[in-house]
Amino acid sequence: MKATLIVGVAAVVAFGAGMYIGQQGESTVITDGSRNEAYGGGFRAEENFNAGQVAASFEGGEVRIVNDGESIQDAVNAASPGDTIRIMPGTYSETVYIDKDGIRLIGVIEEGNWATMDGERRLNDAVLYSGNNIVVENLKIIHYKGNAIMGQAGNNFEIRNNLIVDTGVYGIFPQLGQNGIVEGNVISGIEDAAIYVGMSDNIHVFNNEVFDSVAGIEIENSRHAIVENNYVHDNTGGILAFITPGLPIKTTRDVIIRHNFVVNNNTANFGAPGSTVSGIPAGTGVLIMAADEVVIEDNIITGNKTAGVLVVDHDNASNVTMDPESDPVPDRVAILDNFMMNNGYDTIDELKALMLTELKTGNPDIARAGTVRDGCINNRHRYTVVGLGDFADCDFDNTDNIDTYLLPEPVAAREIDQSEQGKITYLGICTGCHTYTGRMIGPPVQVIQAMYMDNPEGLAEYIAHPVKKREDYPEMPPQDYLSDEVRLAVAEYMLAVTN
Amino acid sequence: MGRPSAQRWILAGALGAGALAVAPWILSSAHSGSAMPSGMGTEVIRTSVAASPVQIGGSVDLAASHVVASHVVASHVVASHVVGNNAAANALQSVASVEEYITLSDRCPPSFERLEGDVCKLVTLYDPYTTLRGHGVGGTKTRLPEARDGFTAQQIDLGRYLFFDPMLSGNGTVSCASCHHPDKGFSDDLPVSIGVAGTETHRAAPTLWNSAFLKRLFWDSRANSLEEQAMGPLYAADEMGNTPQQLEQSLQANAEYRRLFAEAFPGSENIALPMVYTALSAFEASLISLNSRYDRYAHGYHAALTQEEIEGLNVFRSFVARCAECHTPPLFTNQQVAAIGTPEPEGRPLDVGAEKTYGSPKLKGAFKVPTLRNIATTAPYMHSGRFGTLREAVEFYNGGRGHAVPEGVEMQLHWHIWTPNLTDHELDLIVAFLQTLTDETFKPVIPARVPSGLTPINHQPDALNNKYASANQSGESQ
Repeated sequence: MKATLIVGVAAVVAFGAGMYIGQQGESTVITDGSRNEAYGGGFRAEENFNAGQVAASFEGGEVRIVNDGESIQDAVNAASPGDTIRIMPGTYSETVYIDKDGIRLIGVIEEGNWATMDGERRLNDAVLYSGNNIVVENLKIIHYKGNAIMGQAGNNFEIRNNLIVDTGVYGIFPQLGQNGIVEGNVISGIEDAAIYVGMSDNIHVFNNEVFDSVAGIEIENSRHAIVENNYVHDNTGGILAFITPGLPIKTTRDVIIRHNFVVNNNTANFGAPGSTVSGIPAGTGVLIMAADEVVIEDNIITGNKTAGVLVVDHDNASNVTMDPESDPVPDRVAILDNFMMNNGYDTIDELKALMLTELKTGNPDIARAGTVRDGCINNRHRYTVVGLGDFADCDFDNTDNIDTYLLPEPVAAREIDQSEQGKITYLGICTGCHTYTGRMIGPPVQVIQAMYMDNPEGLAEYIAHPVKKREDYPEMPPQDYLSDEVRLAVAEYMLAVTN
Repeated sequence: MGRPSAQRWILAGALGAGALAVAPWILSSAHSGSAMPSGMGTEVIRTSVAASPVQIGGSVDLAASHVVASHVVASHVVASHVVGNNAAANALQSVASVEEYITLSDRCPPSFERLEGDVCKLVTLYDPYTTLRGHGVGGTKTRLPEARDGFTAQQIDLGRYLFFDPMLSGNGTVSCASCHHPDKGFSDDLPVSIGVAGTETHRAAPTLWNSAFLKRLFWDSRANSLEEQAMGPLYAADEMGNTPQQLEQSLQANAEYRRLFAEAFPGSENIALPMVYTALSAFEASLISLNSRYDRYAHGYHAALTQEEIEGLNVFRSFVARCAECHTPPLFTNQQVAAIGTPEPEGRPLDVGAEKTYGSPKLKGAFKVPTLRNIATTAPYMHSGRFGTLREAVEFYNGGRGHAVPEGVEMQLHWHIWTPNLTDHELDLIVAFLQTLTDETFKPVIPARVPSGLTPINHQPDALNNKYASANQSGESQ
């Protein structure tokens, strides 16, 4: 046993430089702080954009007031893009869904009285949106079973200053969106992640307080995300950057985790059985699973009993499936300077075993389990680390060049010109019953052209309210689900087609 | 008029060259989910045919044209009657002149734009939207995944004839459409499909609607293209039971197919099997269903759904039910594999699914997430057809994580499978919402006749066929 130990140390010494602190067999590499090499980042916006307003402007929109006792959904239904819905203090028990663009839901707080959405432990989600340019602000949301705020493919979202307590699986869950901020929310009592950014790009999560949840902030299968200035405490795991296998978008990369307080995340895991987070050991400060190009910088990471930072591949994670298209190994994780204290004091057996293999004593601040490619760390001598033998010194020491990964301009709703609208509608709908020359279900387009050649308005009107015109043809079903503009566009297109 | 049946065929052929070749995509079913009045398709086609004697010279009396009309409306039924019961019709198979009458359409199917060279490009109302990283998963206004298109009109129409032709099976009894019937949601009504010689296959037939968008095929995700998929059932002993050699030879021996392949694949002298797969893929990729009431809602016309259906949508996409996490709009599949632990029917062994495809025990019992478009038309449900109704299928998810996984089987269930404790009312709402995903407005027409001369779709031996035909005549087709 003694012999093995010596061989082990000797081998490391042979490759290392200093051996004083090398009782554990590693050298002290003091990062040269005068270099001031900034991280280039993984996203090239044409110019950086000042975070704050992401959604398109609400100037000129109508302001709709919802009073206690009224329905927020009624206001949403009545609203047009660009409108603001101001929700007065009171209690609202409903699920609000927004399947239109450009709606701002803003609660009014009067002397500590909030506009409160109360799911009464009966309703599923508080706010569901699929539109672009959605703002949800100043709401108190409690006791839902699913999520407080869930986005499905909405871009340019702003979720800000909400107070969320015990809303089920997630607090704030933007999914499949691009260009959004999650700012200044206070969230607690969530059985999965308080803030969960899933399959999204260009996201900024900042100035939030998340606690008493299984996971504080999770960035999953997402790219170009910054998580900064958050207070993340008393969760099971603090901040997570994951590639979860089995999802349609397979990568996580370019995530900056900086200037956060990640403190005392020792809450016993109360995640649902089978959920990915249910395998997280209580006491995990920052957990990187398979994610690439994660930079951890200037965080205060203290009192997390398993480890301050844990980097794992899929083979060393529980509850993950197999997916041949997702890379199980974290690449290029960069741990810059962080303040770490009192982590790993009651760690898990797996890490204890890892420590043993490196003949280490003490409590791990930073640990790696499984394969990690091209990881790096600055000033590693400050921490108790395990499994970082092949981590190099990082070739940068700050991310100061990167203010945000938000886009310089909101993701534009694609402008559909009249002729394109006409074409997609003609091909997507009309061609089911009409062909240019032959008879199908309805009369040939040529015949329609002869009747309406100079009268697209007349045709647009007819298709909304068709009447039976021909004995030998069936009556046309009304196309009144198309807007006036679309009907005119398709009428004009139909009158112009030549084959 | 000494050979009335021949007269019928000639008329059908003339139609093929005239009306049908131009527009073979006639709605022929009454149970479409669109707002069209039921039975409309039938009405239209009949009147269409009634008009056609004028076009072809008025040499056919109206009675004859009416007969042909029913050929077109329910071609598999009447054609089987004619071929099975009429010697003259049988004899026609070998009459060379018949070959003139199938002409491939030079028109693209609905939803396709015809480009130079009759190339068909898919155009949908979802095109103007964006999708994160091109994956085609998202919310209401999300662009679809990239589709397989770019086939020519002639390839698509040739694919249609092949698809319905039992000659593609080893013993000439079943066609692709036997298990993927247009009137049954391009599936069948069976828990597991029946192959050649009445043999039971191992899994339920998946729908072919919107397969243009799928990156992987088969329940166990083992094929990476429609072409690769097509080779599976053609040569599986318990499905179509053919061999590459026999398929190639039988097509090559058929003068009509030689002519049609030459038309669809100009410049090639012989029929090669990859052309068969291309044509079948071309036809399958033309089956577009994106005009459901849900779609109208998604594009912004919220009155397209009732209050109850919208509530159903909200339960569907809620994070309690979580349906939309895998059945993600706009296709209502995220195209991943997932182990959800549905039970096998009584007495059947556990189907390991994608475990075999990927060689990973972590995927034991995992299957490709199926689209939910037209789901109301494709009962029974799940890979094994274990659930007879949508309600039963939805209830399964409420039964508790892993409740149907056999004892002793270690299955890594998908993380979204949990115990959502949905109320009965919420289950009803989900079922109501699922009904809004039905759209069969672009259903292609079943050819009245296929080049082999066999009965389209299912060709039965004579004795059986008599029974089949008389059952059909009494209105019990399907």
